[in-house]
Amino acid sequence: MRNVSIIGIGQMPVGEHWDLSVRHIAHHAIAAALDEAGSEQVDALFVGNMLSGSLLSQEHLATLIADFSGLRNVEAAKIESACASGASALRVGHMAVASGMHDRVVVCGVEKMTDSTGGSTTAGLATAADAEYEAAHGVTFVGLNALIMRRYMYEFDVPMDAFAGFSINAHRNGVHNANAMFQKPISLETYLNAPMIASPINIMDSSPVCDGAAAVVLAPTEQAQQHTTGHHPGGVEILASASANDTIALHDRKDPLFLEAAYVSSQQAYVQSGVTPADVDFFELHDAFTIMSALSLEATGYARRGEGWHLAADEAVGPDGRIPVSTLGGLKSRGHPVGATGVYQVVEAVQQLRGEAGSGQIPNATIGMTQNIGGSGATIVTHILGS
Amino acid sequence: MSIASLWRTRQQRYSLQGEICPDCHQAIFPPRDVCPHCSEAAGPLHTMSGRGEVYSFTRMFNVPEGFQPQRPYTVALVRLEEGPMVTAQLTDISEDDVEIGMPVEMVTRKLREEGDSGEIVYGYKFRPAYAAAD
Repeated sequence: MRNVSIIGIGQMPVGEHWDLSVRHIAHHAIAAALDEAGSEQVDALFVGNMLSGSLLSQEHLATLIADFSGLRNVEAAKIESACASGASALRVGHMAVASGMHDRVVVCGVEKMTDSTGGSTTAGLATAADAEYEAAHGVTFVGLNALIMRRYMYEFDVPMDAFAGFSINAHRNGVHNANAMFQKPISLETYLNAPMIASPINIMDSSPVCDGAAAVVLAPTEQAQQHTTGHHPGGVEILASASANDTIALHDRKDPLFLEAAYVSSQQAYVQSGVTPADVDFFELHDAFTIMSALSLEATGYARRGEGWHLAADEAVGPDGRIPVSTLGGLKSRGHPVGATGVYQVVEAVQQLRGEAGSGQIPNATIGMTQNIGGSGATIVTHILGS
Repeated sequence: MSIASLWRTRQQRYSLQGEICPDCHQAIFPPRDVCPHCSEAAGPLHTMSGRGEVYSFTRMFNVPEGFQPQRPYTVALVRLEEGPMVTAQLTDISEDDVEIGMPVEMVTRKLREEGDSGEIVYGYKFRPAYAAAD
């Protein structure tokens, strides 16, 4: 096994790109990443995407994007694992380079969610659940998270405003990210007055539907260290890459309030890297819904079961806190273009570790962790990066 | 769901037909090839009683295509008395009266309609269970 580094990053601003197609936004991110890496040719393109088939009637997506991006005669494949597609694609790229099969791989996470109407996008997202036994009953993705949140509040006696701090933190941090969809802070009052989507989840607990694409270029660390053509010689090393699964249906979990797949993949990542939770300078967690922030922090070693909501405060998760999260806006404020999200998290982690996060910079950050969740906790991918 | 898929799952949707594992004797719903509790081959069919209690619930305002005419509606996780949990809508009750832990029973209701000329999908929902008079 070879160590693997990220030698280039690229991203589209997250938003509603009515004027651009999936191929345009993917190419934008890929071209920027290749330019940074100083690479014109790569051996493979792995694309993380969830919904191109159901929302765009476009499969064979990686080859479409490779073709449009001028990458000919390379391996191209789409990797799908619902909202964890981005990190899953990165993990495939990592395995390809670590194994010695390829020397240069570009990984692109891309999602185009605004070409379709709201109802079909909602139905598309629900395909991450069990179609015959969850989605068939009219439950949405927000609905599944709402079922978790309601039970969590009941079992642990959690007040209605307990999760507001996660959303307020994400929006405040998103102000510093020029690529974030929402670059404005929100108040507690805004949170408390937000309309319900699926009770008890209100619109300020939830990440937005949007378009986005992000890309990274991977190379063996040994070659990255000699790499002088790019803007950032040396790169950022992937210290750990781990993925675990759980039952696809929420109703089949032994404990629906614990993210076992996050526990397993984060423990594997800690072992691979020799890093402990206390060593991590910031954590890009999967805050698709505020309840997921609490559950991720619990399963990843930052809080005991039922106590993650206590961390929804600046002294814990703020930029100067014990474990800063959503440092450039997270899914809530940067946006959650589902299959692209896992790559955005890693791109932002690289920005932090290079010291290029501008006014959102976490001082002296040397170790960052990212965690990408597919479904209601069914696939969870954890990466640890180091500068 | 396609017509073939609706046909395959009819015993599950109409009568909560699951299994009892022959090795660990735990109830399973819906039927599986491998028991999720002991990983042995899952086993003979068993129809659940349809009684259970509400584990969690949500009132859904933003719903998928095909469900808009019913909006808003309440979806719950129901813990069946045999052990398995199912996802289903609650019916015959206003949201204000739903509580975690309340006893419910299965009823067969319309789940969705595929437009004016499409199929009508029936399946299980749950309503409040009232104790039978002695």
